[in-house]
Amino acid sequence: MKNLIAGIVGVWLVALCGPVTAEAADNGSLRAQLQHFSGLNYRQKKAAVEGLATIESESTLPLLQALLGGEIYFSKTDNSQFYQRRESGAEVQFSPLLGDQLSPGPTAAIKPSSLRKLRVNNAVRKALRQAIAAVQLRVGSEAERLAALETMLGKLDDEAYLRLQQLQPQQSSAAVQDQFQLVLAVHQLGAADSAQRLAALGPLAGRLEPQVRAAIQQAIEAFADDRAFVAEASAALAKTEQRIGFYRFVETLFFGLSLGSVFLLAAIGLAITFGVMGVINMAHGEMIMLGAYTTYVVQLLMPAHLQYSLLVAVPAAFLVSGLFGVLIERGVIQFLHGRPLETLLATFGISLILQQLVRSVFSPLNRQVASPSWMSGAVELNPVLSLTLNRLYILAFSLLVFMLLVYLFKRTNLGLNVRAVSQNRAMAKAMGVKTGWVDALTFGLGSGVAGVAGVALSQLTNVGPNLGQSYIIDSFMVVVFGGVGNLIGTLVGAFSLGVANKFLEPLTGAVMANILVLVFIILFIQKRPQGLFPQRGRAAE
Amino acid sequence: MYGKKTLSAGLAALALAYTTVSVAEDTIKVGVLHSLSGTMAISETTLKDTVLMMIEAQNAKGGLLGKKLEAVVVDPASNWPLFAEKTRELLTKEEVDVIFGCWTSVSRKSVLPVIEELNGLMFYPVQYEGEESSKNVFYTGAAPNQQAIPAVDYLMQEAEIKRWVLAGTDYVYPRTTNKILEAYLKSKGVKAEDIMISYTPFGHSDWQGIVSSIKKFGSAGKATAVVSTVNGDANVPFYKELGNQGISAEDIPVVAFSVGEEELSGFDTKPLLGHLAAWNYFQSAESEANSEFISQWKAYIKDDKRVTNDPMEATYIGFNAWAKAVTKAGSTEVDAVRSSLYGIKVPNLTGGYAEVLPNHHISKPVLIGEIQADGQFEIVSQTPEVAGDAWTDHLAESAKIISNWQDPAINCGNYNKETKKCSGQKY
Repeated sequence: MKNLIAGIVGVWLVALCGPVTAEAADNGSLRAQLQHFSGLNYRQKKAAVEGLATIESESTLPLLQALLGGEIYFSKTDNSQFYQRRESGAEVQFSPLLGDQLSPGPTAAIKPSSLRKLRVNNAVRKALRQAIAAVQLRVGSEAERLAALETMLGKLDDEAYLRLQQLQPQQSSAAVQDQFQLVLAVHQLGAADSAQRLAALGPLAGRLEPQVRAAIQQAIEAFADDRAFVAEASAALAKTEQRIGFYRFVETLFFGLSLGSVFLLAAIGLAITFGVMGVINMAHGEMIMLGAYTTYVVQLLMPAHLQYSLLVAVPAAFLVSGLFGVLIERGVIQFLHGRPLETLLATFGISLILQQLVRSVFSPLNRQVASPSWMSGAVELNPVLSLTLNRLYILAFSLLVFMLLVYLFKRTNLGLNVRAVSQNRAMAKAMGVKTGWVDALTFGLGSGVAGVAGVALSQLTNVGPNLGQSYIIDSFMVVVFGGVGNLIGTLVGAFSLGVANKFLEPLTGAVMANILVLVFIILFIQKRPQGLFPQRGRAAE
Repeated sequence: MYGKKTLSAGLAALALAYTTVSVAEDTIKVGVLHSLSGTMAISETTLKDTVLMMIEAQNAKGGLLGKKLEAVVVDPASNWPLFAEKTRELLTKEEVDVIFGCWTSVSRKSVLPVIEELNGLMFYPVQYEGEESSKNVFYTGAAPNQQAIPAVDYLMQEAEIKRWVLAGTDYVYPRTTNKILEAYLKSKGVKAEDIMISYTPFGHSDWQGIVSSIKKFGSAGKATAVVSTVNGDANVPFYKELGNQGISAEDIPVVAFSVGEEELSGFDTKPLLGHLAAWNYFQSAESEANSEFISQWKAYIKDDKRVTNDPMEATYIGFNAWAKAVTKAGSTEVDAVRSSLYGIKVPNLTGGYAEVLPNHHISKPVLIGEIQADGQFEIVSQTPEVAGDAWTDHLAESAKIISNWQDPAINCGNYNKETKKCSGQKY
């Protein structure tokens, strides 16, 4: 029996190793090249990537891509045995790469500890990307060829340039032809012949790609004596700069609006509790924090459906924070009606209690809230302007929340009651409005909206016990600036502070920009204590 | 059930109190001064556990000088003035023989007057900005020449970086480090217009403008890198924004001095692949001592997912150096231990040795690691041991100052080589 097993193992070993040893001698094989490659240091690897890429085999491209992804391993005991790591779900498997062309085989049961990763660093990855682009340009689909050309833009050497020139006539698609022309033109900027350089400038004027700009800049420096070229190139560059200037402005505006949307979300709940009800609620930030923690808990409860977790978290956070709001109002604030100083102190105490509660329940460490994939990344409008998706969604979301609230206040019975109570409590009571009930609901609504803001903020910042504190000052600032008791004022206040902050930031730095905005608000409040949109008529009292 | 637990805990406490009293004469007291609450608790709690683990291991080996070690843990609660009070409490009331503690520079600066007045002994385990050498403190973390300068050198040579963004949180460590780096870069021929410096407040979360300006700065056709001294949890939104705006490590690598395994744990690091960090230790370092340390740590903390990091290694080195010096001196008396510490060599976790130097710093190798998809670092460069330099050579006013507590002719932490005098600057 023992012999039999040994025999089987032996045969299996021979089967596995046999062809390997035979082919190891063959230097042209992918396996031999990879074995050589795995023994090099990073600098040598970078140079050796090209050698690996020139081997014509259908496994070359997958191998380069696997190397780029860090998926190739070799056995610690035998460096000619290569494996590729594959992930299926949470499970990690290794499949041996068979034959001299390293075609992947079925997964094998092998201990990860017996394998060593074939390491690459940034420089090697860069070289791999170029090599992959070169291969894909020959064999890839149209989309792949376009992507390959984009990778190669501004990074051609003379050899690659010649190869590309040969490939160009074979392209049928106009888009690919255009891109070819661009890549080639950028290289021609470095040509010794003045006429050729001038000709190359034509298709490059006004292009936004940073590589193009950099290449023109370098050409201007390199051929400073060629007056005609320098004039022409500077004109082309100026044209580009003008377009870029415009897009930069749009970008800063977007950043400002996006910061404004965060301000709006954080402040709009306060605009209800403080603005409409007149309660100075220092625990407002903690309502935001509770919303963020609700997001975290929702994600814990539905780990398999991360994509939808935020959709569930929004109503859940509204309920949790809203409930806490109603409890606080019924439990504490209703007894302190008309005594702002006591309310301030009491709510400040509540904020400390809530922070400690979260610390005790969840630990003082920050919690990790995942971003669903549909919220990561950016929409690239052109090479200099891309809008990050999470910010776009939050901007749209904040406007949606705002419009819902305006509708609620202007068009519903509850809104009417709330306005009545805030304008003249005694009269409203006399008309049969249950003021206590309305107070609790309004406070709950304001807190619930703060909870919803917490869901959005969990996507932008750290979820920890101190989350609320970092937004409470901004929130008060926005509400006071916009005018207490006015939702439109909060909207305008939030966006103007956000935009002002972002336009100041490049000039003064982030720290100074914050300070300047604060100073501006102090001065503004001195001049106009009622804020941007003061209450008029009887409500103003 | 609950009552039973409380009872037994109470009994244990009683027993502990009893033994403390009965064997008080026979223990060596070790003070642990790390925040267990407040903003720094995240990082410092780990170090408290590390010291306790080292003490337990040392006691299992029979303690020191025939006595058991006893930990005295206090909580300065991330409150800088409280660090000074707790130090006084440790030295006068508890009469500890040595303190392991502090994380931020501001907490260390707060401890200095007390520890010098009472002639205590402290080991400080975190990388810092240098420009200091106290008689009573040993700095086992990296000085700028053991972290910042080599990291910049690596980028210059390997990635041929020509343009630099120095981004940091707005406080003393990043400001001093960036001042040193700026002077160093300029001495290497980098022009002023190729250096961009940007500071952000603690806990900054709106990184879109800054990341976009980094992108703009890096699109001028010269290879650009970011040297980040951004500290604390502001790193999370910073790296998220880098990922969202599509800044890959191949275009603009970010090398961080305050981001280690602990900070990356529980973070999706796939978009950060290839960004760098410079430390004197990574968990992925291959050495026997390291794998032993990692399994010891995981067993002690009873969590297989916990990671090790650089300040833990610094604590490990500091503790072992102190233990060895105590054995050599045959006493725990501060001055005796201090003079026997000079020249002591203990193994580090990366396969080499750390030597305690007369300027109260130690020699350490500098490692550069690239972030991997699993939250670990892949070591792409490792230097031989570098001697820690208390006063940087790259600022004119510091270059002429040296520190030497062993040489009786100097015997101070701020000896001016030109005037041949100690400046008398205390901290």
